Amino acid sequence: MSNNNLRKVDVIFSPYSVEPYDILKKVKQRKKEDVIQELIDSGLRGRGGAGFPTGLKWKFAAQQKSDQKYVICNADEGEPGTFKDRKLLVEVPRKVISGMAICAWAVGATKGFIYLRREYRYLIPELEKEIKLYDKYAKDIELDFTIEIFLGAGAYVCGEETALIESMEGKRGEPRNKPPYPIQEGYLGKPTTVNNVETLASATMVCRIGADEYKSLGTDDQHGSKLFSISGDSPKEGVHELELGMSVEDFANEFGDGDTKAVQVGGVAGFCIPRKQFKSSIIGEGNTTGGSTMIFNSTRSMYNVLHNYLDFYAEESCGQCTPCRIGTQQLLKGIEAVKAGTKPPEYLDQLSKLAETMRLTSKCGLGQSVTNSFSSIVKNFREEMIF
Amino acid sequence: MAEVKELIKNLADKYGRERKNLLPILQGIHLEHNYLSKEAMLEVAKELDLASAEVYGTASFFSFLDTESDGKYKIRVCKSITCDMKGKSELIKTMEDMLKIKVGETTEGKRFSLLETNCIGLCDKGPAMLINEEYFTELTPTKVRKILGEYIRNKF
Repeated sequence: MSNNNLRKVDVIFSPYSVEPYDILKKVKQRKKEDVIQELIDSGLRGRGGAGFPTGLKWKFAAQQKSDQKYVICNADEGEPGTFKDRKLLVEVPRKVISGMAICAWAVGATKGFIYLRREYRYLIPELEKEIKLYDKYAKDIELDFTIEIFLGAGAYVCGEETALIESMEGKRGEPRNKPPYPIQEGYLGKPTTVNNVETLASATMVCRIGADEYKSLGTDDQHGSKLFSISGDSPKEGVHELELGMSVEDFANEFGDGDTKAVQVGGVAGFCIPRKQFKSSIIGEGNTTGGSTMIFNSTRSMYNVLHNYLDFYAEESCGQCTPCRIGTQQLLKGIEAVKAGTKPPEYLDQLSKLAETMRLTSKCGLGQSVTNSFSSIVKNFREEMIF
Repeated sequence: MAEVKELIKNLADKYGRERKNLLPILQGIHLEHNYLSKEAMLEVAKELDLASAEVYGTASFFSFLDTESDGKYKIRVCKSITCDMKGKSELIKTMEDMLKIKVGETTEGKRFSLLETNCIGLCDKGPAMLINEEYFTELTPTKVRKILGEYIRNKF
């Protein structure tokens, strides 16, 4: 393991060695443009899934002219295998809230919401205490930004920012067409900056340690650190903070049970990497999405894994656009038919084409990403799909 | 009916009568009545001056809002892949035997509903489940027998 490039770090979860609200106070004394530039320089990308550069998002939001702007913390963590946002909200809520306040100050927003997934309702009492504490602090430093909790009602697709906004407006959680982007027209038609929980906590830490130090984490082309929710056949299940850019092999050596057959990187919306590709695959920007990593050992049937994913997709598709609504159901029926022998093995190729069509024609990330896990499993574990 | 009316009026006073307040109002009714009856949805439509189809449209979209009456205690067992791998099916079977119902059904008297749900974010401690707002992790059939047994004996 001499070439192991897997490095554990402790940026995001480190206890409050500096009170996060003191970071906020310091930030507020700087120029807004400088803080936004610092975030751009840090290379921080959204940690929820889409990976849009955070600093740029803030810059565009700051440029919008409006009588009202909003900041939303997206805590609708629903990707199977992800639980790091829950842990952040429990263990370091002030880093998250401070990130919201820094964002609000930088873009010129006065109202903020934590959109909390319904499944995490039990977190509300503690979060409300933290918000009260923040309110006091905001008053002291004369920051005009208030935070409310908005409770979701149970829908995976609402993690998509425009669906999230629709549901906040009292509608079905169906994604909108983009553009306009939420930073242009978001909640109630006003500029709205939506950031994932981890992104906001990371933004606070970038402001504390500076862009250079943050950027020094990771490899030459993979910057920063990231939280990974690790589950499955692993003796070390839990949330681990790692520098980006490690190989899947190092990852499997560290977190697998010694018998790792495949690693699902990026949740159900991500890719399934088989053992033979461990050496050549990197876990970094581009494929980590929300940081869900599920480990499967040799006792697991990859047919069952894919069936489970497709069942999930068929259920969580919002039904608005045809490729996703019909496609998710047909893929599920299709692999069942091949397994049962009522369709020939070549039918899998047709299904892969369907998945590719869904990528090209679905309205949002849900339908577009089905092909990632579908194709990577069908291609690499074809015999398990048939026999 | 008068009671639902009163509740909806109070919730609308509390949250406001705009469309953006619809979800909190529906959740407020759900907390009290355990589901959204047709009457309740019609009353919300009236109170917020919305088409009733719009209210039903929103209500029926979300998995934690029920438009049919079911159990007072909703058992939601996580069926996502890692919980599934760690023995979700045995837990379901155990509870089916105890409650004498199948997944998706509600016990007579509407005390318990046994449901499967997608990832509840407790994957590192799977298999996991929620009973209303309470969560349980690292479950085994033995553990489930104990937990559900307590509910059956003590919670009405």
